[in-house]
Amino acid sequence: MGGSISNSRGVRQIRIPAALLALAIGGCAPASGGEDATLRLWAMGREGEVVSELIPEFERANPRIRVQVQQIPWTAAHEKLLTAYVGDATPDIAMLGNTWVPEFVALDALEPLDARVASSRDVVRADYFPGIWSTNVVDGVTYGVPWYVDTRVLFYRTDLLAKAGYDRMPATWNDWHSAMTRIKAGMSAGQYPLLIPITEWAPPVILGLQAGSTLLRDGGRYGAFSESPFRKGFEFYGRLFRDSLAPALSASEISNLYQEFERGNIAMYISGPWQIGEFTNRLPKALQDKWMTAPLPGMEGPGVSLAGGASLSLFRHSQHKREAWKLMEYLSRPDIQLRFYKLTGDLPARREAWRDSSLAGNRYARAFREQLDRVVPTPQVPEWEQIATKVMEHGERAVRGRMSNERALAALDRDVAGILEKRRWLMGRRRGEGK
Amino acid sequence: MTAARLRIPAEANSAAWFFLAPALVLIGIFFFLPVAAAMLLSLTDFDLYGIASPLNTRFVGFQNYSRLLRTPDFWLALRNTFYFAFVGGPLTISVSLAAALLLSSKLVRFKSVFRTIYFTPFVTTLVAVAIVWRYLYHTRYGFFNYALSFVGIDPIDWLGDPAWAMPAIILMAVWKSFGYNMLIFIAGLQAIPEELYDAASIDGAGPFRRFFNITLPMLSPTLVFVTVITMIGYFQLFAEPYVMTQGGPLRSTTSVVLLMYEEGFRWWRMGYAAAIAFVLFIVILLATLVQFRLQKERA
Repeated sequence: MGGSISNSRGVRQIRIPAALLALAIGGCAPASGGEDATLRLWAMGREGEVVSELIPEFERANPRIRVQVQQIPWTAAHEKLLTAYVGDATPDIAMLGNTWVPEFVALDALEPLDARVASSRDVVRADYFPGIWSTNVVDGVTYGVPWYVDTRVLFYRTDLLAKAGYDRMPATWNDWHSAMTRIKAGMSAGQYPLLIPITEWAPPVILGLQAGSTLLRDGGRYGAFSESPFRKGFEFYGRLFRDSLAPALSASEISNLYQEFERGNIAMYISGPWQIGEFTNRLPKALQDKWMTAPLPGMEGPGVSLAGGASLSLFRHSQHKREAWKLMEYLSRPDIQLRFYKLTGDLPARREAWRDSSLAGNRYARAFREQLDRVVPTPQVPEWEQIATKVMEHGERAVRGRMSNERALAALDRDVAGILEKRRWLMGRRRGEGK
Repeated sequence: MTAARLRIPAEANSAAWFFLAPALVLIGIFFFLPVAAAMLLSLTDFDLYGIASPLNTRFVGFQNYSRLLRTPDFWLALRNTFYFAFVGGPLTISVSLAAALLLSSKLVRFKSVFRTIYFTPFVTTLVAVAIVWRYLYHTRYGFFNYALSFVGIDPIDWLGDPAWAMPAIILMAVWKSFGYNMLIFIAGLQAIPEELYDAASIDGAGPFRRFFNITLPMLSPTLVFVTVITMIGYFQLFAEPYVMTQGGPLRSTTSVVLLMYEEGFRWWRMGYAAAIAFVLFIVILLATLVQFRLQKERA
C-alpha cells in the first residue's frame, strides 16, 4: 500500500514542472473563462491517507481544479474542525462522522445540499440506503452526502454454533438467547457465547431501537428511555449479562479480541465492517472457514442496526462551492466508491456499487448488505454523543447490579433532560420568534 | 533621615516599576486576564450553541456552581481525587523518603546506578508507562496476577473492578513519581551535618531515635516543600485515568480534572467546565493552607 501512495506522489511531482512549462509557453494569464480553484478537503484516519489516490483522475478531468487533501487523525478531528470554525478557516469539504452532522448544522457551518442533489446526475438519492441518507438530514434539510457506510452486525464462530445444533444464526431475540444458552452449556468457566463490552453504548441503543424506541421524544426535547420500548431492549440487554451469556468487561480489558475468538473464549461479537479485514488477517488459517457474519437478530424477526459511517459535507464559507460539489459528485460515483472500497475496505454508500462482484462475492460482506436495508439513525441532535455516553454509564450501573433497571432508566431520563435543557430553551425561543 | 528615606524610594520606585513593567504586563495578559475571563465564563452557559452565535449564551449567575454541587458525578470525582491525593500522596512521600534513606546509607554500593534506575520512571512518558502497566494489570495474562497466583491469591480484576481501579492507579502513580521526591530528599539528607549523628551515637541513640530526633526535624523544610508540591500535583490527577481507564469502571477513577476535561473539551460546555476549574482551585488553595497551618503548628 505504501508503494502505491508514493507512486501517486511521483505522478504529481512530474506534473508540476509540466504545468510550469505550460505557463511559460502560453504566457502567464490563464487562457479563458473562470478562475483556477484550489479545494481543501479534510479527511480522517485511513480514509485521509488513501483518498489522495483518487484525486489525480479528478484533477485530470478538471484541469482548473486542484485538490489539497489534509489528513487529520480521528482523535483530533472534532477539535480541529471546531477550532477551524471559530477561526473562520474551515475547509471546502470535510469528511464528517455522521453523528457530527447535527452539531455542525447547529453551528450553521454547513451548506444545504438539497438543490444540488436534485439537479445532480451523479448523486442519485434513490440509490443510497435510506437509513444512511437520513443521518445527513436535519429538520428536513440535507447537509451531507454519504461517503461510506458502517453498521453493526454479528461476527460469530460457525463451528461453535453448529456444535450447539444451529446451522445458521437465529433471527429473533428468543432463539438467539436459547442458542447462546446452549453454547454456554458446552463451554468451560471463563468462556462466554457473546462479547459486548459494557463501555460501548451501541449494544443497548441497538436493542432499544429494535424494540421500537425513538430514544428521544417531543422533537428531541426529552429522553424516551424509561418508556416501554426502550425498557424492553434494556431488560434484554441486562439479561445477557445476568444469564452469564456475556462477561461484564470494559473494552480496555480485552487485550486481544482475536486471540479470545480463536481460543473459543467467545463465540460471538458485535462489530463493524473494519473487522472483516482484521478477522481475515489476524485469525489463523485453520479458523478461516469457521467464522461468519450475520445480521443482528431482532425482537420478533430480523432486527435493525445503527446507521453509521461518514459523509462529505460542503462548508458554507467555501469560496468554491461549485467546484467542491464537483469533487463530491466525483467521489460519489459508483465506480469511484468501488475503488475507494478496494483501497480502504470501507463499505460503499451506493447500492449500485454493491452489485460489483468484489462485494457481491464477498461472503462476509453479505450480512452487511442485508443489514444496511434495516438501519436506523440515532437522534439528529448535537447532544447525541453525550447522551450516548450516559446510556452507557447507566447501562453499566444496571449490569453491575448497582441499580435496578427501572431506577437506572429513570436516572438516565433525568440526566438526558438536563443535557437537553439548552436545546429546549433554543427551540422555545425560535418558536417565539416565529410567531 | 525620614526625608532621605522618602526621596530615594520615589526615584527607585519609578525605576522599579519600569523594570517590573514587562513582567507585570506579561503576567497580566497571560495570567490574570485569562483567569478573569474564565471567571466570567463560569457565570454563563457558554457551549457549542454559544460558539455558533453569542446570542445563544445566557448569563446564569452562580447556577453552574449550584448545579455542580448538586451533581453526584462531581462529588464522586471529588471523592476520587481526595482518595488519590490522601492515599497516594503520603504513600509517595514515604516511599521516596525510604528510597532516599536507603541510597544515603553508607552500606549501599553503586548509588548512582540505583539513583538513575529509581529516577527513570519519572522521566518516562506517562502514556508509554500507562500502556505497559495496563498489560501488567491484565486480569488473565498480567504480571501482577501471575505473581499473586504463587501466593495463592485469586486473580484481581485490577482495572475492571470499581474497588480496585483506584488502588491500581495509585500504585502506578507512586512508582512513576517517587524518584523525583527521592532526589530532593537525598539533597536534604546531605545537608544534615554528620556531627549530629556522631554526637547522638556517642550518647547512645539507636537508629530509630536518630531518625526521629535528627533526620526528620532537620528534614522538615524539605518535607513541607515535597508535601505541598506532591499534593498540588496529585489534586490535578488527569493523565493516569485518562489513559488507563477513561475514568471508569463506574466512574471510579474520574478525577475532578478529568470531569472538567470531559465537560469542556468533549461536550464543549465551557461555562460549566470553567466553574469546575474554579471549584478545584478553591479546593487546592484550602488544602495547601491547611498543610501550611499544620506544619507551622508542629514547628
